[in-house]
Amino acid sequence: MRNAWVICRKELGSYFVSPIAYLLLTLFGLLFGYFFWTAVQIFVFEGMEMQMRGQMFPMNLNEDIIRPLLMNTSVIGLFMIPLISMRLFAEEKRNGTIELLATSPVRDLEVIVGKWLAALLLYCALLLFTALNFAFLFRYGNPDWKPLLVGYLGLLLQAGALLAIGTFISTLTKNQIIAGAATFAVSLLLYVFGWVAGFDNSTWAHVLSYTSVATHFESFVRGVIDFKDAIYFLTVIFLGLFFTSRSMESLRWRS
Amino acid sequence: MISVKELTKRYARTTAVDQISFEVAKGQIVGFLGPNGAGKTTTMRILTCFLPPSSGTANVAGFNVLEQPLEVKKRIGYLPESPPIYPEMETTEYLKFVGRLKGLSGADLEKRVDYVCGRCAIADVKTRLLGKLSKGYRQRVGLAQAIIHNPDVLILDEPTAGLDPKQINETRDLIKDLAGEHTIILSTHILPEVEQTCEQVIIINKGKLVATDSVRNLQARARGAESVLVEIAGRNGNLEASIAQNKLEQVTGVSRVLCKQQIDSRVVFEVESQRGRMVRGDLARAVVESGWDLNELRPAAMSLEEIFLQLTGSEAVAGEKVAAKESQA
Repeated sequence: MRNAWVICRKELGSYFVSPIAYLLLTLFGLLFGYFFWTAVQIFVFEGMEMQMRGQMFPMNLNEDIIRPLLMNTSVIGLFMIPLISMRLFAEEKRNGTIELLATSPVRDLEVIVGKWLAALLLYCALLLFTALNFAFLFRYGNPDWKPLLVGYLGLLLQAGALLAIGTFISTLTKNQIIAGAATFAVSLLLYVFGWVAGFDNSTWAHVLSYTSVATHFESFVRGVIDFKDAIYFLTVIFLGLFFTSRSMESLRWRS
Repeated sequence: MISVKELTKRYARTTAVDQISFEVAKGQIVGFLGPNGAGKTTTMRILTCFLPPSSGTANVAGFNVLEQPLEVKKRIGYLPESPPIYPEMETTEYLKFVGRLKGLSGADLEKRVDYVCGRCAIADVKTRLLGKLSKGYRQRVGLAQAIIHNPDVLILDEPTAGLDPKQINETRDLIKDLAGEHTIILSTHILPEVEQTCEQVIIINKGKLVATDSVRNLQARARGAESVLVEIAGRNGNLEASIAQNKLEQVTGVSRVLCKQQIDSRVVFEVESQRGRMVRGDLARAVVESGWDLNELRPAAMSLEEIFLQLTGSEAVAGEKVAAKESQA
């Protein structure tokens, strides 16, 4: 796995010497910052309103700010993840550097895991922005940190799964834009498959809804680690990376 | 060091490499010669484990490319047709990355990076971005990348393509220099390149092996037949082209005479001679004895393409003859 780490370091280097990482950090920072600001404002506004009416419902930072924001983050992730994963293999194919990787004494799997891990680490860097914002809640309020941590675990699993799919799609084309657009479409579909369960009760609706990322992410947002949901994400990660390795191998047979 | 037996690579519709067999001894420098699309790159890609063969075997340093690809890859340095560089990386950063991929680390890695930078004359661009380097530098970075782990075998795919003449010479010198330590296969479609750098040559055409031979033999074959340009002028301002042509055709050893150009009383002929016959002296004598002026007599520079076509073409004809005989039998 030393080689996977070599690849991972190189990929992270590529992200951070090019504008990609900074662009994503900026976009994500602005978007999440806006969401955080509005969530806090609404919270404060509602709090004052209740006080004026003399109602004293218990207000909860975890339920009213952190939960919806974690949901938002997972949606912003849908946009960020294709931008992160699209270049992973498409760029190597266009540059011809795939030939260097394929003729070096490293296993395909090491290359794939290295690249996927680098993408996941970049996503973690994005999540640091959320942590920066949430830190204010801990400074001025007293939210429970355990559900937040579980929420982060959910975000990481979700990103890991979608990034694995993105990595696979990136091996299919030389064109980064195609890879990015396709990954976005697939991620979005996976996200909204859960909707069918709302109006249909047939078996296929259940199956479709089960494949949805959102269905499995929900429990993490509520601060619950459901084994079933964790297994779902790990399975998608495994399948994504497995298909990537098949695809890399087929490059050799076809090219 | 390298042994290839009946190697075949088929794509969906075409056969890129067809039953090729050859051996390369340790320390040799071998030229892989053929026109574009002959199957050079495919063969090299099979040797570097980038592509699997459809049938046949290829062994590098005693390891089979299909069964022990990791062992083969450890012992091979490969420079693809376009150097596999990351434009956003700096030269040393890139070389370190490749070095790590090939299994180097620590002080060893630093030493090798310094060494290859000196060896390939890229020390002055160590901190430049690869994307900003000129073609010549990129090619040398590509070479540096290939030799960073001191491999037994170097495989270079058209290492001088796209370079200017000065860079071509430098690159050739560098390759010759490396030959002592490594077994080298380099592909090219440029004949003099093979003449200057290689000891052994493997010629392929349309995926088939045309010849494996030493460079000296190849040169002899290429120069076996020569063609000469003769310009003749009549003494009194008139010269019958057909008479002159007749006269030249009668010279022994001449196989064909072509009238290339006629301006007033001056005629230019292209005279082809049979293989191994030197006819220039006889031609001159024949012209002068006929009472004409010999304005010019020079070997027609045979273009490299012609030499190559001659070689591959004659082989093809010979092959057809054999096939015809076999079918008769």
